[in-house]
Amino acid sequence: MGLKDAINNIHGRWMNGDGPENDIVISSRIRIARNLRDMPFPNQMSQAEADSIFHAVHLAVSKDELKREFSAMELVKMSELSPVERRILMEKHLISPDLLKSYERKAVVLGNDEIISVMLNEEDHLRMQCLMPGLQLQGAWERINKLDDVLENTLDFAFSEQLGYLTACPTNVGTGLRASVMVHLPGLIMMNQINQVINAVSKLGLTVRGLYGEGTEAAGNLFQVSNQVTLGLTEEEIISKLTSVVKQLIDQERLARQTLYREQKHRLEDRIFRAYGTLKNARLLTSDEAMKYISDVRLGIDLNILEGLSGEVMTELIVMTRPAYLIKQNQKEMNSQERDIMRAEIVRSKLN
Amino acid sequence: MKCERCSQRPATVHLTQVINNKKTEMSVCEYCASELQQEAWGFDPQFNLHHFLGSLMGHEYNPQVETIEENTCPKCGISHNRFAKVGLLGCSDCYDTFKAQVIPLVKRIHGTAQHTGKVPQRTGGRAKINKEIKVLRDQLQDAVQREEFESAAKLRDQIKSLEQELS
Ligand SMILES: [Zn+2]
Ligand SMILES: [Zn+2]
Repeated sequence: MGLKDAINNIHGRWMNGDGPENDIVISSRIRIARNLRDMPFPNQMSQAEADSIFHAVHLAVSKDELKREFSAMELVKMSELSPVERRILMEKHLISPDLLKSYERKAVVLGNDEIISVMLNEEDHLRMQCLMPGLQLQGAWERINKLDDVLENTLDFAFSEQLGYLTACPTNVGTGLRASVMVHLPGLIMMNQINQVINAVSKLGLTVRGLYGEGTEAAGNLFQVSNQVTLGLTEEEIISKLTSVVKQLIDQERLARQTLYREQKHRLEDRIFRAYGTLKNARLLTSDEAMKYISDVRLGIDLNILEGLSGEVMTELIVMTRPAYLIKQNQKEMNSQERDIMRAEIVRSKLN
Repeated sequence: MKCERCSQRPATVHLTQVINNKKTEMSVCEYCASELQQEAWGFDPQFNLHHFLGSLMGHEYNPQVETIEENTCPKCGISHNRFAKVGLLGCSDCYDTFKAQVIPLVKRIHGTAQHTGKVPQRTGGRAKINKEIKVLRDQLQDAVQREEFESAAKLRDQIKSLEQELS
């Protein structure tokens, strides 16, 4: 049931608008990689070995100790889901695209709260992740750390004194920890300061990723900031470093927004109201357009230019306008124009 | 034109991916475009260690090494050459089997080859004790600075007994 909820209800816990610094930080994510000792890594394993991982993890998550700490968790094999259901889990960021490939060997453990998911036989045997709204890396780490402790009571993880937790790819060895934060930076983009800021952040051993569509602006003005190295620092050091850099980013973005509002109020308001008007009225919306206008409207909400709307709705719309969700709503495959029509319909009904 | 990522479906979307201000432009199919968007949203990309190895290790990771002598992992059977191609090790023993190549590589990636983070409670063994000693040493330093000599003495005893466990 935890799982059916996850698929049928588009709202994930991480989309809640109640996270700290939620005017700029959409979500925080912690993931750790673990492998079982005495078992080849997923890239070398047979179906029988994959099944034995499912079995071992199923036993581990059925322990009372785990149930006490975490609400019920359910192991679901990817092969038990339809292709559209698999894609929806991906679009809600509960599983990675990799879990859709060779899916007979893959599974996910989901909690009822949809904050935690454990991917099985992705690149590593276990990839535990915690996704929370706003800037909450520390909180997310505490949950994952606890889950790791509880699972380690049952499972023997591959660990070396020198290299720490052993992973299929040497880029993850050590802590196996990747901490990442999704930030919305329209102000820095409009002020043309984004390249400078990204350069500064990347010199601090962090990675900033943005994806640009046809236009010159990053899709939805969204950027992901994450740690580069996983070895040689403690988990706490990695998290506190990333948190403090993100806090500086937040300050700079707020400053950029204030400057824009002060110096170009009419242009800014015009852009935001046009975006809102388009989303409320358009009959065809491409994915890129939707992302762009959703970003503008979100900025309008965060600056109190648009009232009576929540940022939460805008995060939901990002997920609702993705292809698999559209297909799920429509119950059948669609060509790209049909999708643009449906996307526009969903956005209109959500905003009117 | 075929998709530059999967080389299967026709390329219909032009994307620019920016990582630390380095731009990579690509023409991809709709399916790959949506996958790349997912990656940008939260998951790590499947890191292309092969390219990384190529750029870092030069001839050391050149597949021509193959012809000399194939070092294979006794447990999972992968060769070092396969690792260099795919960028993934086959099992945890590979770290030991290919130590001579993997340790320098790890140093290049992370700037160090010594873990200082979490240690598994149940199976951590010596690493767990070492970690405890490190924590106690930090506490000891604090105690000395605050001139709390009684607790400093206690901490010293604890450290000593842990060190005995190790030897
Ligand atoms: Zn493709
Ligand atoms: Zn091996």
